[in-house]
Amino acid sequence: MDRRQLLMLMGLAPVAASVAPVASYLNKQAHPRKIRTTTGFHGDYFPNVVLRTQDGKRVRLYDDLLKGKSVLINFFYADCRDGICPVTTENLMRLQTLLGDRVGRDVFMYSFSLAPEQDTPERLKRYVKMHGVGPGWQFLTGSRDDMELCRVRLGFTDPDPEVDRKKGQHTAVVLMGNEPRQCWMASPAASRPGFLLEQLNRVAGVAS
Amino acid sequence: MATSKEKLCETARLNRQEIINAKLSRRDLMKLGLLTSSGFLIAKYGLSARAAGADSTPKSPYTTPWIEELPMLPVKQPSLLDVAPTGPVQSALGEMGRVTHQKWAQFYDPSNVDTYLIDNKPAAYTWHRELPPDDCWAFDGRFPGPRIHARYGRPAIVRFQNNLPSLATHSGYGRPTPTTHLHNGHTASESDGNPLDMINPGTWKDHFYPNVRAGFTDPNYGPGGDVRESMGTLWFHDHCLDFTAQNVYRGQAGFYLLFNEFDSGDENDSNPNAFRLPSGDFDVPLMFHDRSFGPDGKGYYDLFNLDGLIGDKYTVNGKINPFMRVAKRKYRFRNLNIGPSRFLDLYLSNGMNIQQISEDGNLLPGPITTTHVKLTPANRSDVIIDFTNIPSGTEIFLVNCAEQSDGRGPTGKTLPTSQGTKILKFIVDATIDTKGDPSRVPAKFYDLPPINTNEVVAKRTFVFDRSNGAWSVNGKPFDPAVISANPRQGTAEEWTIVNNSGGWMHPVHIHFEEHRILSRNGVAPPSYEAGRKDVIWLDHNEKVKIFMRFRDFLGRYPMHCHNVVHEDHAMMVMWEIVP
Repeated sequence: MDRRQLLMLMGLAPVAASVAPVASYLNKQAHPRKIRTTTGFHGDYFPNVVLRTQDGKRVRLYDDLLKGKSVLINFFYADCRDGICPVTTENLMRLQTLLGDRVGRDVFMYSFSLAPEQDTPERLKRYVKMHGVGPGWQFLTGSRDDMELCRVRLGFTDPDPEVDRKKGQHTAVVLMGNEPRQCWMASPAASRPGFLLEQLNRVAGVAS
Repeated sequence: MATSKEKLCETARLNRQEIINAKLSRRDLMKLGLLTSSGFLIAKYGLSARAAGADSTPKSPYTTPWIEELPMLPVKQPSLLDVAPTGPVQSALGEMGRVTHQKWAQFYDPSNVDTYLIDNKPAAYTWHRELPPDDCWAFDGRFPGPRIHARYGRPAIVRFQNNLPSLATHSGYGRPTPTTHLHNGHTASESDGNPLDMINPGTWKDHFYPNVRAGFTDPNYGPGGDVRESMGTLWFHDHCLDFTAQNVYRGQAGFYLLFNEFDSGDENDSNPNAFRLPSGDFDVPLMFHDRSFGPDGKGYYDLFNLDGLIGDKYTVNGKINPFMRVAKRKYRFRNLNIGPSRFLDLYLSNGMNIQQISEDGNLLPGPITTTHVKLTPANRSDVIIDFTNIPSGTEIFLVNCAEQSDGRGPTGKTLPTSQGTKILKFIVDATIDTKGDPSRVPAKFYDLPPINTNEVVAKRTFVFDRSNGAWSVNGKPFDPAVISANPRQGTAEEWTIVNNSGGWMHPVHIHFEEHRILSRNGVAPPSYEAGRKDVIWLDHNEKVKIFMRFRDFLGRYPMHCHNVVHEDHAMMVMWEIVP
């Protein structure tokens, strides 16, 4: 490549730099990995990526975790230093206590890792043991790309890419859904467990 | 005119073309840091249309603009109810969702009441002739819902019948357990459409609207209340806990207009005190709703978007980009933005002046001549547009000049009308009978009720915040069992509402009485915000102090963000008027 071409290419940089400040605000509503479904929020919408649980079991997101089920989902990471994840986990454990043996039978709880490269199944297992999480609640990890895809499709994003980049920004919301009914809603993870239970019961179709 | 995003994509395309023309090898590109290890152009905005979002922004199918005529909304006539309404809830007959009507004995008189039955049911609704019918849930099966004309001094009972699909059969967005809120009626809690007062499919509920002004228990004002608290343009919509945005998007919205002896609805009114604003065919409600449509042409609700939903199709009274033939005379347009999340700043394409006569549905002290009117979600504002001197055949567009690309709020940039988005086309038509245009726009409407700070018995602050993706008010998430404020009936309070949520903007709505803005960030509010309001726009880091009274009724009411997507997870608090 000659010097002229190199200079021409260098000329691209200022263009990129000048559009960046404007662009950072633009259209982060539609994340590049978001899609629109024409067949409802079922198998076409949820990617059937292979994830691993804290027990090392391989599971497919749609077929094994979501299809036909009522679910409660949050995102966390084991090395969460700002204090949110431990508090959320404790709060969700209170909900788990209220749900009793319905967890893993009628409703399914899933915590997805925001740091899948660090959160190996072994690490997830240690986290579960350390907190005393009860059975039936699965903690999930996988490849970085696959976990990212899950995060985006499940809506745990921020329209500002600077904010979206930070793991901690997605840890305070829980998503509740009834996949067959396409009924989905969100709530703060720090909500009173009794209220989360009412919301989950409505979504699961147990209560009116 | 190209939008910023289109320009970015074009820049990206040109940059990529330059690279191709330079005939660089892959090694060269990698050395220059322009390729990822997988061989794709890095997602720098100048190089990748993908990063700019162009490939990923789903667009609704194309629809031809300006071919649908703006629907005129017929006034719903009262009808007799099969089962007579009663003060207590008639559970045995299938009514639910309320306690006994307050002030029933005072206001219910079978010889002076309008009763309405609204059949809330699924409807196949056509937004545009080039699109298939959409699966909506609509009051009386129509969108917008029925238009109710009410009059102060004549109570109304609206019986909402829930004929939506059962919980066991419904699949898709929305929850068929509505609770209908009249925004912003002076209504007792049990008829206010509280988020917790949902009714099940197959049941019904009477909402009792005495159509009385605030202050009717104050001996200074008599049983009709303070005339200065008269309201004009209200709307009713669903308010179901956690599913409000979804249900409103399904079609749960209608107009409710209140008249009195001044704003009488008759431009020929012989009463010398009547305002004689444009009436009849020339009093036109305009419901703005921006919507997205999927590849199948039906309304698309992204269930996994917690930011707020911005539609790329603008509808007015239920039609995409309609036209309206207007006579050469004055019109009263009652603008209402139902969102769900978009902020509107409406200008006319020819730059002509309009007169804003109301804000949040309440007539201002006097008309304000302006070139534009702003509408957050849930805002109403009436404007007078005078086409008298516009040549017949002229086409004038109503243009949204507020730049916005996501649910956080507008960017703050006002686009020139040439770059804004055209919503509605007016075509001036001299063949339409003006009926002599007897209408007037008085210089003065109502005095504002006095703000008597001596009445203030409590001052409260509500900080709306967002942390780690979740909403909180005063540091706490929403809890329906918690009452965050207990104002005493008959008193006034000063509330400071603070937006601490960084890059997010929120229209905060307080149910029950209209409030007055004392200050916005320490200074007096602009003239159009200085009247009686019920939706407070909060930009980044803004702080608004308001004065509000809590008269005549008791019970719980919410305060919440009216970007309804935020409301649903759950930017809200419950407060209660106590004796």
